[in-house]
Amino acid sequence: MADQDWPQSSEVHDEQADAAKRGAFSSRKVFIFAAIGSAVGLGNIWRFPYVAYDNGGGAFIIPYLVALLVAGIPFLWFDYSLGHKFRGSAPLTFARLKRHTEFLGWWQVLICFVIAVYYAAVLAWALSYTFFSFNKRWGDDPAGFFIGEYLKVGDAGVQISVVPGVLIPLLAVWLIVGIVMVLGVQKGVGLTSAVFIPLLVVVFLLLVIRALMLPGAGMGLDALFTPDWGALAHPGVWAAAFGQIFFSLSIGFGIMITYSSYVNRDTDMTGSGMVVGFANSSFEVLAGIGVFAALGFMAQASGVAVTEVVASGVGLAFIAFPAIISEAPGGALLGVLFFLSLVVAGLTSLISVIEVVISGIRDKFEMSRRGATTAVLVPMTVISLLFFSTTSGLHVLDIVDHFVNRFGILLVAVVSLFMVGWGVRRLRDLANHMNYTGNVRLGQLWVVLLQVVVPVVLSLVLLQELWAVLKEPYGGGDYPQWMLIVFGWAMAISLPIFGWLAARVPWREDTSLKEPLLRAEEVS
Amino acid sequence: MSVSAIIMMIIAILVVWGGLAVAVVLLLNSKNPGDPSFHRDL
Repeated sequence: MADQDWPQSSEVHDEQADAAKRGAFSSRKVFIFAAIGSAVGLGNIWRFPYVAYDNGGGAFIIPYLVALLVAGIPFLWFDYSLGHKFRGSAPLTFARLKRHTEFLGWWQVLICFVIAVYYAAVLAWALSYTFFSFNKRWGDDPAGFFIGEYLKVGDAGVQISVVPGVLIPLLAVWLIVGIVMVLGVQKGVGLTSAVFIPLLVVVFLLLVIRALMLPGAGMGLDALFTPDWGALAHPGVWAAAFGQIFFSLSIGFGIMITYSSYVNRDTDMTGSGMVVGFANSSFEVLAGIGVFAALGFMAQASGVAVTEVVASGVGLAFIAFPAIISEAPGGALLGVLFFLSLVVAGLTSLISVIEVVISGIRDKFEMSRRGATTAVLVPMTVISLLFFSTTSGLHVLDIVDHFVNRFGILLVAVVSLFMVGWGVRRLRDLANHMNYTGNVRLGQLWVVLLQVVVPVVLSLVLLQELWAVLKEPYGGGDYPQWMLIVFGWAMAISLPIFGWLAARVPWREDTSLKEPLLRAEEVS
Repeated sequence: MSVSAIIMMIIAILVVWGGLAVAVVLLLNSKNPGDPSFHRDL
């Protein structure tokens, strides 16, 4: 589309005024770095390797690739089309799409609020462990050190007994985040990602090279990549692939809507989505190689099979990896590279999650950047410190993380797909919008994928998760029932309710809820 | 490492990193790169 086709009419959305008011990324490159920074997070490093290993090893690449192409990238385009067309935060975007869908945006904002509160705690642990790696502070017992000495985990329940060793790095994380967020969309969010994502790639490549040089690395890679073709016949393996793609791409909960609303109108969004999708997967495969090479070393050093040392999540990062660092020659370097990677990957993701909340508050209440940042970060920091710098932090975090991912992110994604695809039936319009500038044309296939295939598949994954927690309470009896109800079910159920209530709050008079018209064709 | 594991590792790397390379090339050849200077002075 040639530039002269852009209308100058006042009926058309004034992008420069909007950018000055809301903030904007300076270029497509900065947007892509920010989107990659959001997608590449802790899950890429500590979740993907285990999921791949547990679901067919090398054969997992087939369902994984299918999930990326059939669900991941199409869903990324869906989020991009919403934000880019309606030029707003998640609540404003949905309000402009159709007034009664605004609650979806607030539901997403609230999910991001909850995630940010506990995600910062994991970042604080990783920050501590970056420094602990220099002298291998965990000694001979990484598990005992992490649970007992560092977190000082108490009995299941809520205790307000502060752990200074966690409190201080957690405060540091919130301070860093505060500075980044006050700096704004381009100088804060954009530039942080543009600097940190290349840094993350370099640091992680060094980690992978070091891990591959360890004795036993081949054993680990053998465990990860040996294909079990029979696994492809199991529906659970395909569900795991779609779940992994969904959870790792930062789709469906407002981040990509918010970020794409900061991109100027003539940017090719479909091409950008493909780069972000494949960059995220490229990093995941790299993480799998690094993690399993290190686990192979651990298995050989301990004289056991890789199966015996495989771990994921918090257990992999803060128990298995410290054990590897203790045993490996030059382990301190390995430790610093690994935990620094976690800090950098986690920071860019945390920033994206918080931007969804700040952007939503700014749009709704017409607040300044500084005012909205303060209004969001002060309560976030207080709640984060209250729950996660105490001896009950690990229990609460584990429950909240499990429930908000399954019955928050996954549920709102399914509901929003049904509402946009079947309720207001605007997928065709969204495809047309993307096709004005996109090199990859979105047609009937994309509409069918988002109207039928993706919601059905994600619904099945959701039902599978629901069945799992109904069959056996989460934690297998480790947590008292009241904790699961309060921090799990009640938290997850309250999010759409509060989202609906937030949508009842009237918009300021200055805020237009009309659909922004970006082009001459749309005006006519 | 077994041969099948090596082959699958190479395929996995080629598919995702190759996909990224293709996506980047497509993007660079895009007719709508966006205006890089548009918001630079904000």
